[in-house]
Amino acid sequence: MRRSRWLARAAGPLTLALVLSGCGTSGDDSGGGNNSDQQAKNDSTEITVFGTDPENPLVPGNTTETGGSKVIDALFTGLVKYDPVSGEPKNAHAENIETAQDGKSITFKLKSGWKFHDGTDVKAKNYVDAWNYTAYSPNGQQGASFFAQVKGFEEVNTADPDGDGPQQAPEPAAKTMSGLEVVDDLTFKVTFTEAHPIFATKVGYTTFMPLPDLFFSDKAGFEAKPIGNGPFKFISRVPKQEIKVERFEEYAGEDKPKIKMVKFAYPESVDAAYAQVKGNQLDFLDTIPPSGLAGNVWKEDLKGRSGNSEILSIQVLAFPLYDPKYGNADFRKAISMAINRDEITKVIFEGNRVPVNGYGVPKLPGWTDGACGEFCKFDPTKAKELFAKSGFQGPLEITSNADGGHKEWIEAACGNIKNTLGLDCTFVPVQTFGEIRRKINAHEMTQVYRAGWLADYPLVENFLNPLYRTGASSNDNLYTNPAVDAKLAEADKATSQEEAFKLYHEAEEMIAKDMPAIPLWNTSAQWGHSTKVKNVRMTPKRELDLSFVEIA
Amino acid sequence: MTDPTTAATGSAVTENVDTFVTAAEQVETKPGKPRSLWSDAWHDLRRRPLFILSLVLIVFFLTMALFPGLFTSVDPNATDLSRSRQAPSAEAWFGYDVQGRDVYARVIYGARWSIMVGVLASLLTVLLGGVLGILGGYLGGWLDGLLSRIADVFFGLPFVLGAIVILSAFRSANVNSAPAIVGAVVLSIGLLSWPVAMRIMRSAAITAKQQDYVRAARALGARTSRVLRRHMLPNCLAPVLVYATIALGAFIGVEATLSFLGIGLRAPAVSWGVMIADARNYIRVAPHLLFFPAGALVLTVLSFVMLGDAVRDALDPKLR
Amino acid sequence: MGRYILRRLLQLIPVFIGTTFLIYVLVWSVPGDPFAGLCGDRKCPDAFVATMTEKYNLDDNIFVQYAKYMGALLQGDFGQTFSGQSVGELIALRFPVSVRLAIVAVAIEAIIGITAGVLTGLRGRGYLDNLVLVSTLFLISLPTFVTGFLLQQVLLAGEWEFFPPTVSDQANWHELLVPGFVLGSISMAYVSRLTRTSISENKRADYVRTALAKGQPKRRVVGVHLMRNSMIPVLTFLGTDLGGLMGGAIVTEGIFNIKGVGGLVYDAILSKEGFIVTGVVVLLVIVFLLVNLAIDLLYAVLDPRIRYD
Repeated sequence: MRRSRWLARAAGPLTLALVLSGCGTSGDDSGGGNNSDQQAKNDSTEITVFGTDPENPLVPGNTTETGGSKVIDALFTGLVKYDPVSGEPKNAHAENIETAQDGKSITFKLKSGWKFHDGTDVKAKNYVDAWNYTAYSPNGQQGASFFAQVKGFEEVNTADPDGDGPQQAPEPAAKTMSGLEVVDDLTFKVTFTEAHPIFATKVGYTTFMPLPDLFFSDKAGFEAKPIGNGPFKFISRVPKQEIKVERFEEYAGEDKPKIKMVKFAYPESVDAAYAQVKGNQLDFLDTIPPSGLAGNVWKEDLKGRSGNSEILSIQVLAFPLYDPKYGNADFRKAISMAINRDEITKVIFEGNRVPVNGYGVPKLPGWTDGACGEFCKFDPTKAKELFAKSGFQGPLEITSNADGGHKEWIEAACGNIKNTLGLDCTFVPVQTFGEIRRKINAHEMTQVYRAGWLADYPLVENFLNPLYRTGASSNDNLYTNPAVDAKLAEADKATSQEEAFKLYHEAEEMIAKDMPAIPLWNTSAQWGHSTKVKNVRMTPKRELDLSFVEIA
Repeated sequence: MTDPTTAATGSAVTENVDTFVTAAEQVETKPGKPRSLWSDAWHDLRRRPLFILSLVLIVFFLTMALFPGLFTSVDPNATDLSRSRQAPSAEAWFGYDVQGRDVYARVIYGARWSIMVGVLASLLTVLLGGVLGILGGYLGGWLDGLLSRIADVFFGLPFVLGAIVILSAFRSANVNSAPAIVGAVVLSIGLLSWPVAMRIMRSAAITAKQQDYVRAARALGARTSRVLRRHMLPNCLAPVLVYATIALGAFIGVEATLSFLGIGLRAPAVSWGVMIADARNYIRVAPHLLFFPAGALVLTVLSFVMLGDAVRDALDPKLR
Repeated sequence: MGRYILRRLLQLIPVFIGTTFLIYVLVWSVPGDPFAGLCGDRKCPDAFVATMTEKYNLDDNIFVQYAKYMGALLQGDFGQTFSGQSVGELIALRFPVSVRLAIVAVAIEAIIGITAGVLTGLRGRGYLDNLVLVSTLFLISLPTFVTGFLLQQVLLAGEWEFFPPTVSDQANWHELLVPGFVLGSISMAYVSRLTRTSISENKRADYVRTALAKGQPKRRVVGVHLMRNSMIPVLTFLGTDLGGLMGGAIVTEGIFNIKGVGGLVYDAILSKEGFIVTGVVVLLVIVFLLVNLAIDLLYAVLDPRIRYD
């Protein structure tokens, strides 16, 4: 299911990376005149939010990147919604979610009275039809793999036997998944092949949104003017320039927005967007460009209208373990111990990152730092010793996509490695993202590469299982250690949370001894807004909370 | 003239069939043994202060490029994050960059690759464009038509697209040593810029072809190669030289843009362009990172342009 | 004259086909699968890749692909982007902005470059000549992303209504003045050098001497005779530059948020949106070829010695 999430780029993937506490709000509600004045202001002023042009038609099941999901999230509301502050899933359109004792099925009961923007009712059928459409492989939807655990998925989704080769994938045997069942207008049941209780928390993703009947009768019409059931309705779109949405007055959800008009604007560069926020031409920017982060000038430029939120995301250096050149664990540990994480986060990141000593990040509930122990601490003497023992023959190359602003810290890490080990180390930028992704997928990497992992949900399990288990979906480097697999399996089955956390920590310690990837630091999001808006806060999905923001 | 493109870029255009020799010019030519055009030019050049000055500067930069060790004993790639972005001081004249590397040492060592890219790329451009241009212009006919159309095709190609394709191809071929990276960058600049030089050369050649001395030489039965070398080339070189000297500077800048886009030079080949591209995000907090490499770049370009100017004036008999 | 124009127009056809074919081949030969990077950081489902590959005829031989593309293009269909937008619509939105930006840039470089060139060309070597040389060279030596960034900082600090630090989506003329200057600054040096050389050569020409000997005022001689004849190489250069500036303004467009075709093409190259790249370049090539033709025709107006037969 969850496929590779390594290697973030500008238009990142849809994630649930939680922006936890400190996420804060800026601008108070104080002194804004009386309510009707405020309402009039909210209704008459359009706010402009930074975004990137959606890369695919605005169909929820085919949207997995941030640019598109920002709009989808405004247009649609699914069964659950993630709390804008805590990130916890809360029932939205679902009245009640009932998981069977054995975890093998879940029954969703919907609230009545919800409507699509075209006035039709949102029924259980709309969910089931949409999900079947997404999973059916001839439709080529990007979100198909999210349904991999649903019973009958194999019958509707067939894989191409030879990847890119000349053979075609066989026609699927069925059009609908047997695990999806409409009980009545407002109830449906999902059955899984194996117990999968976590599904209930996943259904807030864009992929799980309902689709109106109109989608199935007139797909082109829908793509031209998407119809959702969310707090905003689609107004207009200018390609690569803007998308306008407006408050949907009949919206039945609790998070009805206060502002009326929102424009998602797509500036030509983040630098230009930064200048616009500074000059109050853009109301919200979720990324501060490197030129603003350098010397922390953004804190001065956007004084009182900016914030810094930690994200559940870790930065690592990954080794293509299938290349025998990197096969020696002592060598990998030597590299790890040659990198001075404290200095790099302080000097290059201006203190906006926190070094980690393990495979999770500090904001993760229940996670304790330190599993990596001495192997993630800067120790030139020990590093030299291990390096001499490994017998690695230089030079070392670290690669990354050129457009992500990674050059500075990779060069700094290379400097550390060179100074400590006397090993020649260079940064090799790769021009196109597709090129690097293709090589990783095909297991053709020959260089050490930068990778980032954004969590789907706030559990340390999500930082370990998909990445370091043998054959796991995002185990791009083919790491395998039966002892680690056994430990992770044991942790998954743990009866109490404390015990689970303890076992995961032990698994982390075992992974660190193999050092398949070098943990470096967490990542964080810096954002800013104009003086025109107030009550600004960033949601766990790194989006502006549109239900909370108001005109100042 | 039949084809107005003949009158394209170039300065020799308005020189028409009848060229007058002014009184002043006649005075210039001293009596004595006849000198060739080139020694004549050299004789003239030696007395120009601008030429001397630019030559001194170029020699200075070339020495820097060839023997960086003479100017500094500091390793340009030695990093130390504890001195990141420190301003210029007695210890480090130009300060330190983000990685704590000595900017002075990097400017010295950067001269080699920057000048190499500039000089080689303009050479390639001028050679390729010049040869095709003079052939097309002088010989005319279907060859000229074909060459011009090919030039048009390359001209219409967006530079960045071509550069990305060519340089990515080299990258996939695992080109990683410094000279090879420079070679790839030079090749892609040359391949995408030659049509400009060709058009300039071609128009100059078409004009020169009509001149009396060329007609005379042909009438006297001189071989094509001799006419091209002895009569056409010296008279067509001027406009191309003007272009080449400015292009030299522009190419060093282009290299910076390519580095900025992630397809230009990269370590171990450190260039001023790379330094400028790296300094971009730090302009507000550490302007010295930009100032010194940019200064070196401007000085180098300036001296090449002044040199080209002087040579052109000396070569062009009409201007003497 | 008519026959000449016809011949020139016919010559455009092979150039047009050659360029578009070259572009088409190049775009799709940029390394990397166009759809592998489309799903953010996750691997795209095979079915998605297969559907997209079929939609863009990528399984066909490159000649067949090109023929299919050109066939549709000749009927006015520019195809669709990966996100299902009409490429034609996208180009219609952005092309006028780029044309405006390029015109502003060329105008600025022409005004400043020619003025500087004429002044220095008439005066000859001296303080002014060197000042112009150094300042224009300074501008070409600094890459656009540096000049652009610095000027934008000035605009941000100044908060002038007339010169906003970023350009709005309407891209009004006055907003484009500063970006136009940044864009034009690269060629300014060349324009001024070209003008200077041309003027300093022509000022000794016999027709100038004749005009002066006839007792015409110097201003008229310079303004009419000298200028007209010296402008030919400069105009040629400006013409070729106009086309180049339209597609090549990637960095400037990025800094000042100009919705032109430069950034569009650049992004499209990186994401291998072949239809966008080819579509835009097709138009650029047409503009480029037509401008060149127009300039060639202008020669006859400027220089009475040039005739078309």
